[in-house]
Amino acid sequence: MKLESHAPGGPIETRWSRHKNQIKLVNPANKRKYDIIVVGTGLAGGSAAASLAELGYNVKAFCIQDSPRRAHSIAAQGGINAAKNYPNDGDSVWRLFYDTVKGGDFRARESNVYRLAEISTAIIDHCVAQGIPFARDYGGLLANRSFGGAQVSRTFYARGQTGQQLLLCCYQGMMRQVAAGKVTMFPRREMLDLVIVDGKARGIVARNLVTGELERHAGHAVVLATGGYGNVFYLSTNAMASNVTAAWRCHKRGALFANPCYTQIHPTCIPVSGGHQSKLTLMSESLRNDGRVWVPKKQGDTRAAADIPEDERDYYLERKYPSFGNLVPRDVASRNAKQVCDEGRGVGATGLAVYLDFRDAIQRDGRATIERKYGNLFAMYEKITADDPYTTPMMIYPAIHYTMGGLWVDYNLMSTIPGLFVLGEANFSDHGANRLGASALMQGLADGYFVIPYTIGGYLAGTALPQVSLEHAAFKDAESGAKEQTRRLLAIQGRRTVDDIHRALGRLLWDNCGMGRNDQGLQEVLQKVPELRDEFWKNALVPGGADDFNQSLEKAGRVADFLEFAGLMAKDALTRRESCGGHFNEAFQTEENEALRDDENFCHVAAWEYKGPDAEPERHVEPLVFENVTLAQRSYK
Amino acid sequence: MATINLTLKVWRQKGQKDKGRLETLPAPGISTDMSFLEMLDVVNERLTLEGKEPVAFDHDCREGICGMCGAMVNGLAHGPERGTTLCQLHMRHFRDGDTLMIEPWRARAFKVVKDLVVDRSAFDKIIAAGGYVSASTGGAQDANAIPVPMETAEEAMDAAQCIGCGACVASCPNASAMLFMSAKVSHLALMPQGRPEAARRVLAMLRAADACGFGNCSNERECEAKCPKEIKITHIARMNREYMKAVFGSARE
Ligand SMILES: Cc1cc2nc3c(=O)[nH]c(=O)nc-3n(C[C@H](O)[C@H](O)[C@H](O)COP(=O)(O)OP(=O)(O)OC[C@H]3O[C@@H](n4cnc5c(N)ncnc54)[C@H](O)[C@@H]3O)c2cc1C
Ligand code: FES
Repeated sequence: MKLESHAPGGPIETRWSRHKNQIKLVNPANKRKYDIIVVGTGLAGGSAAASLAELGYNVKAFCIQDSPRRAHSIAAQGGINAAKNYPNDGDSVWRLFYDTVKGGDFRARESNVYRLAEISTAIIDHCVAQGIPFARDYGGLLANRSFGGAQVSRTFYARGQTGQQLLLCCYQGMMRQVAAGKVTMFPRREMLDLVIVDGKARGIVARNLVTGELERHAGHAVVLATGGYGNVFYLSTNAMASNVTAAWRCHKRGALFANPCYTQIHPTCIPVSGGHQSKLTLMSESLRNDGRVWVPKKQGDTRAAADIPEDERDYYLERKYPSFGNLVPRDVASRNAKQVCDEGRGVGATGLAVYLDFRDAIQRDGRATIERKYGNLFAMYEKITADDPYTTPMMIYPAIHYTMGGLWVDYNLMSTIPGLFVLGEANFSDHGANRLGASALMQGLADGYFVIPYTIGGYLAGTALPQVSLEHAAFKDAESGAKEQTRRLLAIQGRRTVDDIHRALGRLLWDNCGMGRNDQGLQEVLQKVPELRDEFWKNALVPGGADDFNQSLEKAGRVADFLEFAGLMAKDALTRRESCGGHFNEAFQTEENEALRDDENFCHVAAWEYKGPDAEPERHVEPLVFENVTLAQRSYK
Repeated sequence: MATINLTLKVWRQKGQKDKGRLETLPAPGISTDMSFLEMLDVVNERLTLEGKEPVAFDHDCREGICGMCGAMVNGLAHGPERGTTLCQLHMRHFRDGDTLMIEPWRARAFKVVKDLVVDRSAFDKIIAAGGYVSASTGGAQDANAIPVPMETAEEAMDAAQCIGCGACVASCPNASAMLFMSAKVSHLALMPQGRPEAARRVLAMLRAADACGFGNCSNERECEAKCPKEIKITHIARMNREYMKAVFGSARE
């Protein structure tokens, strides 16, 4: 299979505008004849649903939660990037583009990233027009901060609740269209299969999570915006319902899955406290702007932080990376935390934590300033740990946070299944092997507000799409498959809870396919995942019935898919004979322990094709061509 | 790690038509580091292994921002701590031997779906009635074209951070949605971008709330006391002013 990116050539600065000029348009009167299914109403799906409805399409939108206002996007804290250059500190579209390509360790498609940087400014304009109360300076203009390894201040924020404000803005835009009759909202629904007719995505089968009923929905195109798969690790910063199910079912229907091994570990999360832990809480990395990361110089130093004198502290990020200091990118910060803990210099009860200390910032700027910047984060930290970060340093440790891998899409955000578009974290497109802070919100909204409204039109206008009936064999087949899966899950009646098996899977992946990977560990994953899958299908215990509100059943379905997906993730990691960004194979590192790429052989996207339950998946590649940036070893010294 | 033993009295209700009842469930050996929802997870794991149905409860982010979780704990929405959602409530706030009564939000406009899960779609209806700025994608001017005083933006943000959990309704003797509604009205009325529609918005949202069966405000202030985001009832006052302006026509600017 040849993967055609459909990215236009020519000067990168004008690619997107030239592309837009060439896209076929759907006549306004015809737009109302098209039904678009949007699965997922986070930033990507919510912005898509609102914008498509504004254009006149009929949108049917689906989400798992009781309201679209609750999607996982709501939890994003730190901010959203845009190349506005309001602070006059040298930012530009080019620089945001360059930083994103470099931050992604040169494993993203240039054309997509440039477009993202170009669109970024319009997102902020739109969000302000919608009344988002972004942070402002005394003069009433928008405030910016520097974030996650950027040397310019290009991050817009609304306290520590940026994702919330952006999501509520999409949600309100959607609700306006609900009132206008252009969006029909289906909350508490889980998509369980994609329906393909004549080779094109024409509908979905979804379970009504309240009644258990399986529903068939037809449309002229399907937009998937179902988020990332970080919860394959059991413990992550993702919301509890985040899953790979929708993407995985599409994969099984023919959509290629790209770079599943690219997962991001976030350096600043609250450490695990015990076996009951159900999820991990992120402490926004904006904290690294003012907090200093350190561990004791001595191994096994159990003194309280305050008792460790200055000259016995190792501010290891400042020491190793004098120019970026505490602001090195996430993968670098995470790996260094693991390294000092592996050396026995970790702190806290488990030794799996490092300090993030605000003492100096409070001395310098005063408590009031720090409180204004981070008050809600400090309060959250105190709530969870019962420690006061104003007086004792925070303890943090890396955790799974984001997944750069996802369904393969072309420049139009269309997957390898015609008519199936994939947006937001669910696709693989813009972040390469590592995502920069504050760039996921930007990407989700770019995809939904400013890319899909154009590209979907090109598809619809140029494709014959006769009406399909809900009685079509493809619908029946998808529905009976979903019904059979439910029956099987409820019939196992084993002795182990689904959470227990999920926990075991998570542990296996965290140890072997997490921050540091090696061939032996990855082989172990490949061997043990099928064993766990067997154990699941023989011994899982799923209580309750099919025709009911049954959260155990929902969870079981998602874990069943994680158990299939985990194998692909490890296989992808094992096949990529290099380290890049979030994928760090210990065999491939520089003398300074940085990821060592192999640009000769691996400067490509790996996209996997599903070949059946017992067959090996097939690996396809899309070569990455860099015409505008020079590939370089990342250095943050 | 300290542990405590608790007795739970949990509301069990199969569905909307079922009458429902309290069930007593022991919760021994609970670590004080757990969150309230993690405590329920532990109880549910045990129920599952005993072949019983676990307690249904809504949750997602587990970090106090999605607004999905919530239950009455000993008669208090989200439990005893101020400014805290149920998922952020930690077990260190309870004592060994405590009995906890756990019930769903109760309000005419929120029907029980199952156990602790309720239907809050009425909130979406209120927002759909006018809780937005009618600015379609694509036409916006530069974001810095209209300066907004920092204090105004901050005040708008105080209101905008409502998570829509429903604790205000559940705490109000009249099951009123005034605090929820006023948070949105106030946020958008403060921002210059929200002004053009301010009058229409407040009228439409109030009408929608009535239609959904929410009660009136009689200044009990229970909503403010139990709001996990500590949203102030001064926003209700602002909404009332917006309403007066709308009725008397002066808000059409
Ligand atoms: C704690 C935290 C903080 C973050 N902070 C930042 C930040 O400061 N800046 C930044 O840029 N990024 C941040 N990120 C990353 C960013 O929030 C996410 O990548 C982004 O919000 C994902 O948006 P999305 O729309 O793609 O998906 P989501 O928001 O995950 O939405 C997924 C949607 O799909 C629905 N769904 C899923 N599966 C199904 C199914 N089978 N059927 C039906 N519906 C389904 C869900 O209900 C939901 O509506 C953060 C992430 C976390 C975890
Ligand atoms: S689970 Fe999201 S607020 Fe409690």
